[in-house]
Parts: sequence; C-alpha cells; structure tokens
Amino acid sequence: MIKKVTTHLSQNEALLFERSSPGKKGYQLPELDVPAVDAAEALGADNVRAEIPGFPEVSEVEAIRHFTRLSTWNYAIDHGMYPLGSCTMKYNPRINELVARIEGLAWAHPYAPESLCQGAMEVMARMEAALAEITGMDAVTLQPAAGAHGELTGILLIRALLEKKGNPRKKILIPDSAHGTNPATAAIAGYAVQNIRSSETGLLDVGALEKMVDQDVAALMVTNPNTLGVFEDHIMQAAEILHRKGALLYMDGANMNALVGMARPGDFGVDVMHLNLHKTFSTPHGGGGPGAGPVAVKKALEPFLPTPRLKRVGKKWAYDYKRKQSIGRVKAYYGNFGVLVRALAYILAHGGPGLRNATMDAVLNAVYIRKQLEPYFDLPYSSPNMHEVVFSDDRQARLGVRTGDIAKRLIDYGFHPYTVSFPLIVHGALMIEPTETEGKLEIDQFVEAMISIAKEVETDPEMVKNAPYHTRTSRVDEVTAARKPVLRWKG
Amino acid sequence: MRYLPKSDSERRQMLDVCGVGSPEELFAHLPEAVRLQRPLDLPPGISEYEIVEYFRSRAAENANGYASFLGAGVYNHYRPVLVDTVVSRGEFLTAYTPYQAEISQGTLTQIFEFQTMICQLTGMDVANASMYDGSTAVPEAAMMAVRATGKGRVLVAKSVHPEYREVLRTYAKHQGMPVAEFGYAADGGTLDLEDLERHMDGLTGAVIVQSPNFFGMVEPVKAAAEIAHKRGALLVVVFTEAVSMGLLTPPVDADIAAGELQSFAISPCYGGPYAGILATKEKFIRQMPGRLVGQTTDSRGNRAFCLTLATREQHIRREKATSNICTNQALIALMATVYMTVYGKEGLRELAEQNLAKAHYLAGKLKTRFSGKFFNEFVVRVEGRTPEDVNKALLKRKIIGGLPLGRFYPELADSMLLCATEMSRRADMDVVAEVLAGAAVESSGAIKEVLA
Repeated sequence: MIKKVTTHLSQNEALLFERSSPGKKGYQLPELDVPAVDAAEALGADNVRAEIPGFPEVSEVEAIRHFTRLSTWNYAIDHGMYPLGSCTMKYNPRINELVARIEGLAWAHPYAPESLCQGAMEVMARMEAALAEITGMDAVTLQPAAGAHGELTGILLIRALLEKKGNPRKKILIPDSAHGTNPATAAIAGYAVQNIRSSETGLLDVGALEKMVDQDVAALMVTNPNTLGVFEDHIMQAAEILHRKGALLYMDGANMNALVGMARPGDFGVDVMHLNLHKTFSTPHGGGGPGAGPVAVKKALEPFLPTPRLKRVGKKWAYDYKRKQSIGRVKAYYGNFGVLVRALAYILAHGGPGLRNATMDAVLNAVYIRKQLEPYFDLPYSSPNMHEVVFSDDRQARLGVRTGDIAKRLIDYGFHPYTVSFPLIVHGALMIEPTETEGKLEIDQFVEAMISIAKEVETDPEMVKNAPYHTRTSRVDEVTAARKPVLRWKG
Repeated sequence: MRYLPKSDSERRQMLDVCGVGSPEELFAHLPEAVRLQRPLDLPPGISEYEIVEYFRSRAAENANGYASFLGAGVYNHYRPVLVDTVVSRGEFLTAYTPYQAEISQGTLTQIFEFQTMICQLTGMDVANASMYDGSTAVPEAAMMAVRATGKGRVLVAKSVHPEYREVLRTYAKHQGMPVAEFGYAADGGTLDLEDLERHMDGLTGAVIVQSPNFFGMVEPVKAAAEIAHKRGALLVVVFTEAVSMGLLTPPVDADIAAGELQSFAISPCYGGPYAGILATKEKFIRQMPGRLVGQTTDSRGNRAFCLTLATREQHIRREKATSNICTNQALIALMATVYMTVYGKEGLRELAEQNLAKAHYLAGKLKTRFSGKFFNEFVVRVEGRTPEDVNKALLKRKIIGGLPLGRFYPELADSMLLCATEMSRRADMDVVAEVLAGAAVESSGAIKEVLA
C-alpha cells in the first residue's frame, strides 16, 4: 500500500527545436539610441555569420510552458525526502535566494573599485571567519568553485608546503572507502595514489597507516565521518603518525554535517580540508550545481593560499595580490560569491547554537532509520553511525534483487533513491542520509516504504526488479545511450 | 528553529526508539579529546527580516546607481524576467544531479537542449553539460588537448584573459605541462602570428587563443588553427563574451571551444557562480571531461535522456579519470538555456548588433589604441592623466569607468579597457567621452593656451 503518492496527469512536451517556427519571438529590445552599425563593415565580412543554424524560435508563452512542463518531470527536495548518502540533500531556505538577488550584491562587478565593493568584501570576510570557527582552522579561502575544486586546491597547498621544506614527495594515501574525486584530484596535483584498506570495522587501519607512511607520502586524504557514516575514532593517532613522519592530514569535508558544533577538524589534527557549501550549508544543488568548495587550513599552509587574499587596511577591506608563496589562482575573481551569500544567510539563520542543534537532529534521524531498518536489511559494519547509515543488499541479492532495484522501487513510493552501490567497500551498498530537515512523518513514511519493499522482495522479486511503474518515464536504456551516443538534437 | 521540522514530543519519541535519553548521547562514542567543549563562537540565530536587513546593508556598501563600463570577462546584460521565473521553480532549484533518470527528465531534457544550443553557437559537434566557469574550462581544455595529442606543451596567447592564464598555470604546474605565452601585435591588438610560429614546436599539444580577446578584438582564428594544426597541436578557442556569438563566425576551425556564459542572464554577482562550456569535435568525445547527457529510450520505447559516457568520470575511473570535476553548473546552465530560448535565433543577433552599435558609438568619440576589429570592448590610451585618475573623475559623475590595464599588462599602464552593452545609455557614454577628452585637453599645453 503506497500512501505518500498517487498518479496525476503529466504534460508531454516537445524539444525547443521541435517547437520552433521561423519568426516567433520571446523578446523585444529597446529602440537603439545610437546609430546602427554595419556588422560586416565593423567586424569584417568573414567574421560575421549568416545565422545560428537550428537555434530555437519560440514565443514567451511557449518558453514558460516548455520549462514549466519540463520542471514537473523532476523530483526535488521541495517534493520530499532525498535520502542520498554523502550528498546531504537538505532543505534550501528561500531567504537565501532572495538575499543573493539583492541588486547591490547580484550586480557587483568583480573589477569595480575596492572602495565600491566593501559590502561584498565584508560578506566574504565574515564567511571566512565563520568557517574558520566552525572547522577550528586558522585561515580559509573561498575561491574554489566546488568540492572537487577545493580538494585540488588543498592538495596543491600541501605540495607547496612540502616543496618549500625541500621535498614535495610522491604519493597520497587514500582509503578504499573514499569518493572518486579524491584519487582523481591527487592525480591532477601530480601525485601517485596509494589505496589504504579499511579495517574490519570499516575504519582507517592505523597499524597499516604506520607502516605505509614513509618519506614518499605527502598526505592522507580522509573523509570523517567516513563514507559509512562512522567517525574515525583514531583520527588523532593518524594525525600524529603523519605529522611525525613529515606528512599532512587532508580531510574531505563532504560529511561535515555530522560534526558542526560538536567537533572541529582543526582540533583533531587536520591540516587542510574543504567544505561543500551545497551540502552542509544548504545552498541548492540546482540539478547538479553550482557549488562552492572553500578550503580551510592551519597556519603553516596560510602563505600558500590562492591569490588574492582579503586584508584589512585601516577601516577598509582590500585585496593582497603580492603573495610570493601562493599556489596562484584556482579560479578567476574571488569565488562563487552568490553561493557564499546563500551559505552565510544559512549560518546567520541558525546561529552558533542552532547549527549544533541541526547536527544533533541530522544524527538522530539517521540513527532512528537504522534502528528501524536493521531487522530488514544487512548492516555490514556495526560501529555507531552518525549522519548516515549504510546497509548491504546481501539478503535481497539472494533472491536476485540488487540495491539498484530496491532504489528504483523506492521511486514508486514517492521517494528519491538513496545512494546506490557506494561506498565500494560495502557489497551492494544502500547508503542513506536523511539530513536534519526531515520531520518524523516523512521519515516514518520512508521507513515504511523500505520495509514494504523488503517484504515485496520476499514475495515478488520480479516485480521489484522492473520498477518503477508509476513514473512518466520507465527504466531507461543507459547501455544504448553509451554505445550509440546521441548528445545533441539533429532534427 | 524554522528549518528543523520536529516538535519536542516527536524528537522525544525518536530518541526513545534510538534508546537514548538525549541527542547528546548519540555522540557519546566520539573520543572525549575530539569533542568541542564549548559552544561555537557565533551569534545566535536571527529572523528572516534581520537577515534581509543585514544583506541590504552590505549591498548598500557596494556600488549602487552607477553606470558601468567594465567588461573584461564579466558583462552587464539585461536578464529577462523569465530566467528567474524558471530557475526559481523548486523542481529545478532543489533537485539533485540527474543520476536517477526516471525522475530527472526535466533537468536531463534541458541539459540536452543546452548541449545542442552550445553546439549550434560554437559550430562544434558535442558540448558537455557545463564546467565551473570559463577560467577553469581553459585548463580542462588544455589537459584534454594534451591527452588527445600525447604532447605536453601548451601555448597560450597573451591576449587571453589574464586571470584565465593564471588559473591555467596553477593547474598545469604539477602535471608536466609546461605553459608558454606568445604575444599580440602592438598595433592591431590581435595575435602576433609570427610570434606564435616562433613558439611552435613538435611538442606542443595545445594552442589557446581567445576571440574576442581580452582587448575585445576579433582574432584570426583560422590562421591560428592552420599554424597549430601544421605542427600537430589542437587549437582551443576561448570566449568570455557569449553575446558576440550572435554575430561572429563560430570557431569551426578550432578543435575545442572553451568559454564563459556569464553574458547569458547570469548576474555579475561579484565573480560567480557562472557557467563554463566545453565543446569539441566528435572524434575527441572520449577525452572530454564533465557530465554529458545522451538520448535513449525507456522500456516502453519512449524518448528519454540520461547521463552517459560516465566511464570518463571520476566516480568510475578514479585516478584515471579525464578530470576530477564532479559538479557541473546545472542551474546556471539552465539560466543560459532560458536566455538563449527567449532571445532565440533573431534575438541573439539583434542583441549582438545593439552591443556592436553601442561600443562603436563610444569608440567613435575616442581614440582606440588598437586598429583591429572589435565587438563590444576596446582599449583607449589615456593622455595626460592615469586611467585611475580618469576613473576617479568618472566616479564623481556616478560612472564606473573602464578597467585600467596596467595591473595585467605593464606595457598598457596608460590604457583602459572599456565595454559598452545594450544596457549602456548614450548620455553616459557621452560623459565618458567628455571626461576622457578632458584628460587629453588638460595634457596639451597648446590647447590650454588656446582655450585661455
């Protein structure tokens, strides 16, 4: 019995190009108040195109209907829970959208004179300070555009510090439970990747670490809590081992939502970390971006941060471009300012005590789900979890139903799937992160749905394997999409 | 708190199920030494009204009510109302990356349309679902060209946006990817093709040029392509002013187009978030970084879209991926998609023509430094005063002048880069011309005497 959803009419909609007809318009420009210029003359005839072949021609009415209809084909947080592990899909407060559109912020040009950007600079300075306090670190750069971009910045900082000490070293250690961005980042920063196997409890194997860290190891990249949602309780010991041998500790802050206000990476030995503002700090995912990936560091790494840095000159903010040891720029201008504004609005709304309460509710929700689903799904690691919980499909796989099938069936119950088949150290993982912005009713419905599916697997596994049934689009043929790529409309 | 949807009694019931007396107990397993023993040193939470007040006050400390002639990679273009109407829909705003195709067809269809329009604009065969921005699209394009050619050296024109070149250097430094620069012609302000020839060798995998370039000049892309191709390198063409593509011949001779879409309804927003593009020829698809959406069918035989060719990406290939990039700029790319839809085929051209007309009107009143063809930006030499002094005079007239170039080009310390768009008013342009002419007048003693 599915209580949360029922079917309703869904509008069909052609592609823009199929809707086009020559001469239809959705715009009107003002009358030109200067003489028109002959393009061929001004630009050279060879430099002027005849037309943009195939470009859409639709009216304003058709344009709004087109995008509105498309929008109704999406699932979104505004519809309901998104139990995606490690993705921290929390509510996106609308006040964040409003303040980011205030004209004096939204239309600030990055090259306007500093004297006319003091408000924007103050926002960034306040954000840097807030993130430094939350992470327990000494300095923050807001320049990286997303989490993976922050990772790259962080690893380049480590390289710069080690280089200055005489040897950049060759390898980065990465646990087998890590996100794919970690090894990909290390490679771009010119490091070899060495995997470090998790212990039987799914945690960092400190004994193995002790043996692996040598003169070639630049850093360990660790996610804490790790991708099982478990806090690495030997993290301080790991930091001690690394520091003793001249290496550094990088923390992937993807799971910071479990720690804000409760524990600070700077206090447990982390040297450099990134934050995903679109996760922990509520800025919208927007269907896959934009993000922002600020990087927080200890004092020793501060001289290497990307240019420019904010500095106080008297009563004014200014930029410091003269930083000889800097790794350079990782992005034009100063960062994804619009995302920073939204995240700061979120921090202001919660305040210090509120952020801590949010963390507690996030963990409560995850533990509550675990307690209720444990009888129905295998839990490969029994350590206490924090903001997320990872089950395995072992029990269901015996009946031929895999985690991906259960996920698709969950759609019929009105939920977005959890994270499927990650982390890789869990066989057939079901990775569930509710976040603090789900209430008891929504979570209870999710738990009921998961239990109901577990029972369906026992009674009718074939039915589960062909789900979803209630979506306007049924299972999509991804194999053909990759084998015969059609990546643009050709008419 | 308004973002925490639980009553005390619900929280109590949930704690009971978890078998703990308080939420703090859920953290009891954390080692004592790692726990924060004090409250965060951040003020208590505030209301919506106070948040709006805070940001309005900050906005008031920025430029308000100024006309601006700044471009240099970030342009003032009108944003049609439809753009925010569409991107404010929660179904787009609050959706996740469309990995679950069955419930993400809205985003997937729109990205497919985006990819198509970027191909139509750039004359390329395939475009990805967007990059962080133009500045980071450049090193990704360089890395792609290096992978495709097996040659590690990169040549970039000095007329490419200086901050883009800085980003390229940061990325390249540790990948065994030496970056060298070649010059621009001192009179034309466009590529010094002889200097490019001089710098070319058999080890160069990528030649990177920008058109219109940082000075607003239209570059000889075809000639640059010939030089690059002759020695087995790929040509990457960068753009920062997407509106120019309403008029300019697309860079069909290039192998990769890497650009910035900020002009397409993305507010300047003090430098971001924007959306970058990467587009290329069919044969380089598998070297391409970033997300791609492809067309397929669902099990009922209906047209459907999904993310595809993921074997290039970090979540599958890890350290062997084409890039570490994970996110794209979906919501920002959606803004650009709506913008391209609203203007469409005729509108983008008309818009480009207005930009051309405005910039040429302003330039006509001044002496441009370079003789090349330009779109909506150009360089002027300031006589008698520094560009900074001229800007100070303009600020008094509520006008933000052009970008003084000395900061990026010491040889152009006496020059500024001016930009006019469809938003530039004739009256403001007349003031800019008047103030700049005033500078010239003051510098000329002879004229002063005549006036006296």
